[in-house]
Amino acid sequence: MKVIEHKSIARDTYQLILKGDLIEEVDEPGKFVHIQINPEFFLRRPVSIADVDFHEQTLTLLYKVMGKGTDALTEKRVGDQLDVLGPGGRGFPVASLESKHALIIGGGIGVPPLYYLAKNLVERGIKVTSVLGFRSEADVFYEDEFRELGEVTVVTNDGSYGEKGLVTDVLPNLEPTIDTYFSCGPGVMLKAVTEHLPHLPGYISMEERMGCGIGACFACVVPTPDMDEKGYRRICCDGPVFKAEEVVL
Amino acid sequence: MDIRIDLPGLHLKNPIMPASGCFGFGKEFAQFYDLSDLGAVIIKAATGEKRFGNPTPRVAETSSGMLNAIGLQNPGVDSIIEIEIPFMKGYDVPIIANVAGSTVEEYVQVAEKISDHVDAIELNISCPNVKEGGVQFGTDSSLAEEVTRLVKEVSSVQVYVKLSPNVTDIVAMAKAVEAGGADGLSMVNTLTGMRIDPATRKPIIANGTGGLSGPAIKPVAIRMIHQVYQAVDLPIIGMGGIETTDDIIEYLLAGASAVAVGSANFKNPLICKELIDELPDALEKYGFSSLEEAIGGAHDEKTPSSLFRT
Repeated sequence: MKVIEHKSIARDTYQLILKGDLIEEVDEPGKFVHIQINPEFFLRRPVSIADVDFHEQTLTLLYKVMGKGTDALTEKRVGDQLDVLGPGGRGFPVASLESKHALIIGGGIGVPPLYYLAKNLVERGIKVTSVLGFRSEADVFYEDEFRELGEVTVVTNDGSYGEKGLVTDVLPNLEPTIDTYFSCGPGVMLKAVTEHLPHLPGYISMEERMGCGIGACFACVVPTPDMDEKGYRRICCDGPVFKAEEVVL
Repeated sequence: MDIRIDLPGLHLKNPIMPASGCFGFGKEFAQFYDLSDLGAVIIKAATGEKRFGNPTPRVAETSSGMLNAIGLQNPGVDSIIEIEIPFMKGYDVPIIANVAGSTVEEYVQVAEKISDHVDAIELNISCPNVKEGGVQFGTDSSLAEEVTRLVKEVSSVQVYVKLSPNVTDIVAMAKAVEAGGADGLSMVNTLTGMRIDPATRKPIIANGTGGLSGPAIKPVAIRMIHQVYQAVDLPIIGMGGIETTDDIIEYLLAGASAVAVGSANFKNPLICKELIDELPDALEKYGFSSLEEAIGGAHDEKTPSSLFRT
């Protein structure tokens, strides 16, 4: 795919817009693409899809520099080609949802896939309330974009912006009309969120170091509760989105 | 150019097959190309019972390769026979079953069950990522010989023993499994390695150690095949870091009769198919008139070329 735009949007966080016909296959929010950064890096990097523009044939990726690979990705310039495999995985089942008011809970670089989800939900007439957690003010991104779709509460760990604390701290203040939640973020956050909202149906999106990204290598597995016969799910192809009770966090 | 090759118990359309553990049971790659185009498929390791494997992270990138410690996750031999192998049988491609175990008894039990459903066995005595069994059989020549002999006794198909590179004397291991009755060798499994994250001060892979694969290990594999080819009279399936047809030719010259492509499948899911299509021209480019001419080709020139005589 071709790089159309590439810019920094927060500390170590970049927005990358790519153009190519791969976008035709993005049939639901929550899917990811598997990017080969350059031949120096042996493994591809999975990055979730933050937005799709079918008219412009572009998709938006938001990523955070976590190591050498993502650091090298920042070197890509407008016009460069990128080897992209995907879209992979199963996303949020928006077509079959029976929700009137959805709660979005994102943590850090877990926020991106929830943006395309929130847009989809609003398009379907579902009210969206968002809680976005970041480490600090410098890490906050996409607040305005989410605000266009509904009410937003931003939480920072150090209180430098918005509410101070963790995303779970503000959950008790939310409206009682919320009937479904969607969350993506660090594993500890997902665990806390699911434990705080046991009474609501929920969907979580997970990340893990991947090998093939298509389900063959079994690098990114997550265990399932005891009653599940298979005993595991592969994040790359059975997920990355799961029902909250489907996997053991 | 005809690139068919016959190995004990296997008639291969071409010498290229996906390596065990890098291709699951074929389903995922069947979305990308027709599996019947492959020389063979070596399916993911089977153990006696279902195994979940190791905690995550299970993979970490390295320079020119990767570490993995999956831990032989698989649904167990019965389920593989019932569910996975029938899917593969839908394609016109020989199936090689990778057989693993924690005890000699488990190896024998799995081999006995699965051998009636596949074309050959790859005896995995070299997995570095399980606490019991696995590589202990692959680093002790008398254990290796014993497990090979017992598996040969029960298997209805030919047995290729997959050797571990984590040994000081690969030739001694090859001779031991040859004495145990192996029909062929598969060389090599991953090299045990580790990466540590400076930020957490802990190994990146949850298991601590993992198996190193990719181009980083290719020179080691080539050297070992070159040594073993001269010492034993068994066909070798070569593997370790193959990404190009030049890599394949290097393996053939060292002494491999066929090759397996492993972690390169993760980079490019079409790699095996592409290499199969490109191999005839690549062989021709280097002046080979047949695949056989390349096999062991690095060993033929025992006398110095006349060009260098004074």
